[in-house]
Amino acid sequence: MPPSLFAEQLLNGLQFGLMLFLLAAGLTLVFGIMDMINLAHGSLYMIGAYLTATFVGLLGNFWLAVLLAVLGTALVGMLLELTVLRQLYRRDHLSQVLATFALILIINEGVRMIWGSQPLLLSAPEGLSGPVELLPGFSYSAYRLTLIGVGLLVALLLFWLVNRTRVGMWLRAGASNREMAQVMGVPIRPLFTLLFGVGAGLCAIAGAFLGPILAVQIGMGESILILAFVVIVIGGIGSIKGALVGSLLVGMVDTAGRAFLPLLLSQVAPPEVASNLGPALASILIYLLMAAVLFFRPQGLFPVRT
Amino acid sequence: MKKLPWLLALLLIGGSLGLAQPRTVRIGFVSTLSGGGAALGIDVRDGFNLALRLQNNQLGGLPAEVLIADDQQNPDVARQAVDRMLKRDRVDFLTGIIFSNVLLAVGEAIFEEKVFYISPNAGPSEYAGEQCNPYFVNVAWQNDNLHEAMGQYVQTRRFENVFLLAPNYPAGRDALTGFKRFFKGRVVAEVYHRLGQLDFSAEIAQIRAARPKAVYAFEPGAMGVNFIKQYAEAGLMREIPLFLPGFSADADVIRAVGRPMVGIYNSSQWALELNNPVNQRFVEEFRRAYGRTPTLYAAQGYDAALLLDAAIRAVGGDLSKKDELRRAMLAGFNSTRGFVRFSPNGYPIQNYYLRQVVQQPNGEIVNRLVGTIFTNHRDAYVEKCRLR
Repeated sequence: MPPSLFAEQLLNGLQFGLMLFLLAAGLTLVFGIMDMINLAHGSLYMIGAYLTATFVGLLGNFWLAVLLAVLGTALVGMLLELTVLRQLYRRDHLSQVLATFALILIINEGVRMIWGSQPLLLSAPEGLSGPVELLPGFSYSAYRLTLIGVGLLVALLLFWLVNRTRVGMWLRAGASNREMAQVMGVPIRPLFTLLFGVGAGLCAIAGAFLGPILAVQIGMGESILILAFVVIVIGGIGSIKGALVGSLLVGMVDTAGRAFLPLLLSQVAPPEVASNLGPALASILIYLLMAAVLFFRPQGLFPVRT
Repeated sequence: MKKLPWLLALLLIGGSLGLAQPRTVRIGFVSTLSGGGAALGIDVRDGFNLALRLQNNQLGGLPAEVLIADDQQNPDVARQAVDRMLKRDRVDFLTGIIFSNVLLAVGEAIFEEKVFYISPNAGPSEYAGEQCNPYFVNVAWQNDNLHEAMGQYVQTRRFENVFLLAPNYPAGRDALTGFKRFFKGRVVAEVYHRLGQLDFSAEIAQIRAARPKAVYAFEPGAMGVNFIKQYAEAGLMREIPLFLPGFSADADVIRAVGRPMVGIYNSSQWALELNNPVNQRFVEEFRRAYGRTPTLYAAQGYDAALLLDAAIRAVGGDLSKKDELRRAMLAGFNSTRGFVRFSPNGYPIQNYYLRQVVQQPNGEIVNRLVGTIFTNHRDAYVEKCRLR
């Protein structure tokens, strides 16, 4: 196996993992602190991508469009929290799952009514649509490198926010013991609203940057949401560090599985079979990873509550 | 009692009027109108509707009624739509399906009802050979054909080896089979991926590692747009030439991808500048009606309506004459590609052209007709079909 293939897959895994992290971070905080299962988290990712595509069309500037889309999605997230989700905190998980699943359907239809059922086109900014030569003879997409950069930057910011600021302290307190935090005077209600805004904004960043690689289309949030849930189960619910490690693990395993398993299988089976079996085994691999983590550490790798 | 004769007379007049009134022909149009394959279905639909409108919503002299349904590229959804149209709406013809896996899921049900299916796109090899059916006519091509043409062209360029890529579904497997039928060099790797996949990072890494002399990829719809963009972003466009079938290099993909497409060779049964009156009218009217350049899909939809028109006219509007209808369809019609006739298995015998994406002096990026690869080319399965 040539080293360049290995290096490229490593970068691909890193890129995918960091984008997963943006989704998983918001999800894990909401789940960990509010004990709230929000299936509609992926819908915010979709809204972020649609807003980006719309603003790029209106303004012609990718970066400005991303900024506006992040702010817009954060606003949508906070509105959702204030109007609908707030009613669900006291309910059991089943009600939350049902209600937020209904939200997925409503938001999908809403997006279809506003933007139509055809996917939107979103292109990478002009300057990044080429390759970058990392080593002599080995080039990699400039846009995917940017994604890695953005993902790392946001991760650092988030760690700073959670570990070094007062809001972060409240968040950590809320995650490890909600009742106690409430008793100690943490302003839970506005904190929740703010948290939803931040989570939605993170989704929008992922949606905006993955838009040019994937497609801006209805239902784009659902498949990736499942992976985000796997990530937070592996990482430990409520933990940002867990979300990061889990995302990178899932990203690497998924990418490596998709690339190397068909390759290995094609040595022993015809290409159609290998390419059927490869991705199937790769996705099983992720769930095997999850099962193994749950077996040895039922609370995940970095549990918050003790 | 005196009124009775009058009533009878009125009934008779009414009855004869009813007979004189031409019946409507009902067309069920099931196609992919949402999701990643939507651009294809929408172009076929728009082409079909345009042809109908240009002849005052008539087919072969009969008023035509078109029932449209979106299959969402999902065989189950298509199955429900087709059942409804066959059982409840009693359609006379069905058409519109884009994806071969969708068509294969509903074909049997349609043929069982002895309803003609006019395929404007999907042309699975399954229906070309032993499972060929008298109620199936494909107005576009057999799935292998465009890829056979590209295999032939890449062969003439004498590339010693090639990397093949396609989605894992019937048309994807047909595509690479077709390519290999005419390309005699070595196949470095034959990679299939999930249908509808949009991130090609893993495949692109494999291509880079395999260092082939050329790449051939069949990627319809959004898959093509994403693959070509990512291929260019990874810097492979300059290192390893990419060859495509016309599906992934037509006006819709060029609109979406832009400059990286320039220079790419592709194969098609249709081209914008084909010099015949049907095509010239089609291109002009399509641009006027929809404000965009038509694709081969649009031409296929347009042709499906023209084929129906010619066949219904040939039987004088009597849709019960199924054998005569079939003979009339196979005998051929004046299409956007000139006169096209069909093999006994219902697949066309036609020319396949080489096109190249070029940038014009005014900056516009278009497909230019370069030459002819095959003349009066048939599909490879027709000998296995027992229909004559």
